[in-house]
Amino acid sequence: MKKDLSRRDFLKMSGGVVGAAIITSSLFTALNRFKTRGPTYQSTGKSLSRWCMIIDLRKCQGLLRCTQACINLHFVPKPQKWIEVYKPETAKGGRYFMPTPCFHCENAPCVKVCPVKATYHNEEGLVLVDHDRCIGCRQCMAACPYQRRFFNWGTPKLPPEGVFAKYSPDFPVPAKKGTVIKCIMCSHLLKEGKLPGCVRGCPNGVIYLGDYNKDMASNSQEVVQLSKFLNDNHAYRYKEEMGTQPRVWYLPGHGESFGGIYAQGPKGLKSLVWPESGV
Amino acid sequence: MNTDSNENYNKRLESSVFDPLNHTSKGYYGFLLVLLAIIAWGGFAYITQLRYGLIVTGLNEVTLWGVYIVNFIFFIGISYAGTLVSAVLRLTGAGWRTPITRMAEVIAVVGVMIGGLMPVIDLGRPDRISNLLVFGRLESPLVWDIIAITTYLIACLIYLYLPLIPDLAIMRDNLEGRFSPGRRKFYTFLAAGWENTPEQKRSLEKGMRIMSIIIIPIAIFVHTVVAYIFAMTLRPGWNSTIYGPYFVFGAVFSGIAAILIVMAIFRKIFHLEEFITERHFRNLSYLLMTLLFFYAYFTFSEYLTIGYKVEVAEKELLTQLMIGKSAGWFWSFIIGGLLVPAFLIVFRKLRVIPRVVAASVFVIVGMWIKRFVIVLGTLQVPLMPFEFGVYKPTWVEISVSLAALAGFTLLFALFPKIFPIISVWEVSEEEHHEQPTPVDIPAKNIPRIFGRFKRGVKKNVL
Repeated sequence: MKKDLSRRDFLKMSGGVVGAAIITSSLFTALNRFKTRGPTYQSTGKSLSRWCMIIDLRKCQGLLRCTQACINLHFVPKPQKWIEVYKPETAKGGRYFMPTPCFHCENAPCVKVCPVKATYHNEEGLVLVDHDRCIGCRQCMAACPYQRRFFNWGTPKLPPEGVFAKYSPDFPVPAKKGTVIKCIMCSHLLKEGKLPGCVRGCPNGVIYLGDYNKDMASNSQEVVQLSKFLNDNHAYRYKEEMGTQPRVWYLPGHGESFGGIYAQGPKGLKSLVWPESGV
Repeated sequence: MNTDSNENYNKRLESSVFDPLNHTSKGYYGFLLVLLAIIAWGGFAYITQLRYGLIVTGLNEVTLWGVYIVNFIFFIGISYAGTLVSAVLRLTGAGWRTPITRMAEVIAVVGVMIGGLMPVIDLGRPDRISNLLVFGRLESPLVWDIIAITTYLIACLIYLYLPLIPDLAIMRDNLEGRFSPGRRKFYTFLAAGWENTPEQKRSLEKGMRIMSIIIIPIAIFVHTVVAYIFAMTLRPGWNSTIYGPYFVFGAVFSGIAAILIVMAIFRKIFHLEEFITERHFRNLSYLLMTLLFFYAYFTFSEYLTIGYKVEVAEKELLTQLMIGKSAGWFWSFIIGGLLVPAFLIVFRKLRVIPRVVAASVFVIVGMWIKRFVIVLGTLQVPLMPFEFGVYKPTWVEISVSLAALAGFTLLFALFPKIFPIISVWEVSEEEHHEQPTPVDIPAKNIPRIFGRFKRGVKKNVL
């Protein structure tokens, strides 16, 4: 029997193989998504850190110091607020303050949809953006159910020290025109063993940085055992039902430490100051 | 006797179709100039956008996509029906299709070219577009889109080219002396040695049949993944399981309207009244009506299922659409895009062509508005406790959109100057088959809902 392959057969076959490979590989990637990790606050026992954040709403007074600290630290372009203090309503018409950074979701919708892998999880679980790769399609912004992503619509205004900073995805300064930008949980500071800017900027100790692997958390004033702290205080995650598995936990409250803050405006810092001078 | 009239018919057809290839009026050049001016202005707007960034548009963090993405869905949608109408009619052997398939195929190619350009214009960093090839991730809906649209564009080009070959051969052989040598070489090259031998004919027919079969799933795939860009997100309205089919039917709906409009324009300009007849308009208008019912059904189903449950964010979306700030857009789609065209198609007292073309214009505009409602309606709903988003397109976006429309028209205006706009060989073949003069749908079979048929049809029978 003749075993020679005609060119046509060869092309057919190789086409089939390539097609099958593409389909199986994409199936595998899809299936991997469903292999969800167990309770996320359990340690994986690895030496790396797995960061998270806890925000104690009982202590938030709406000073906006976290937002300002963040702006100062990263020369955040106007009018972005990488950590924004929202004012949701309480059950009976009052309002409370809710500082909202990027949630660094474990099942991050933004990471899923990025066409060029410009946004990704780093090994410590933070969602970062590679601004040298981002093509500015904004699909990730559309996908984020928390509206925590921002876009450099124009050329960001930066002071000299911002312009000449050394860029890395851990410290996205200077911000680049036409790319998506967001809270990085101060990845650059975490690498140096320091707490993020918003944690240190808050005088009330509202924000804690936690590490699932070491099972501890700190707000620069006290150190707590993370799992116990979350359990004892009925921690919840915003829009948990969406299955995004945020790494930011909230402790329910409405500023009780200050006698409740129903319907009061923010105290202290009234308006934020963004870097203005261009070079 | 019959062949005699056939020959005359063919002669008239050839002269109507081939004459524009080298007779050009002053008005035509003027028209081109206007189009080019609009495109140049759009180009200037785009350069402004490149220079200063997307800040010159009305986009912001909340309404992060705007008319560019609306145009993207719109043009891809128009392109869609081109293939579908041509492929489905070809497969089902509908004899009356022959004079309009070429136009439908051109719509497909031109629509997808302009449509595919829109997301690129929308990019913040178009300079990095090659990253899509270097780093492309198969998990991203955007990459599905790129794969689908490029495949579709290639398929459409092949599908346009195959039935062109015999016509190109006619131009190569019969129209000597009318073209410059260079142009003749061009046609000779494209005619690919077509000699009308039975064997060549067989392979061409086979190729066309295969293409009309494959192009249907490709086309469905394209518009489904366009919908998936939205449906793969967790946003109210977009987070919907029927978005794929909803978009597909919307695309065919608007596409058929586009074909009708294009047919009417070419018929008028190139005096094709003999070849593109009322019958074509009437038959396509039935198709348009069917799709209108489908689309109305999908719309009803979509909004009823979210409106019944009133989940918080979806309730905000619905309130905004029904009585809120997008209500004007939403209701102008429902009334102008569905009710008025339906009435125009059913109301048979007016003459067919103006009636159907008017309906198509309403549908086209209505469907653009519907896409605007889909994109902006959802984006404006706050996901966090804050105010509704506000979006107002700026002059840059409007100029670029107008330029896109002008580009679409320009490609359409150029095509009949280079290639025959009617598939001459297919039409003449259809005539030679000596089928009984193909009366469309016998009057007694027309369902009553299309009006008082006895009076309406008798006059229109060809």
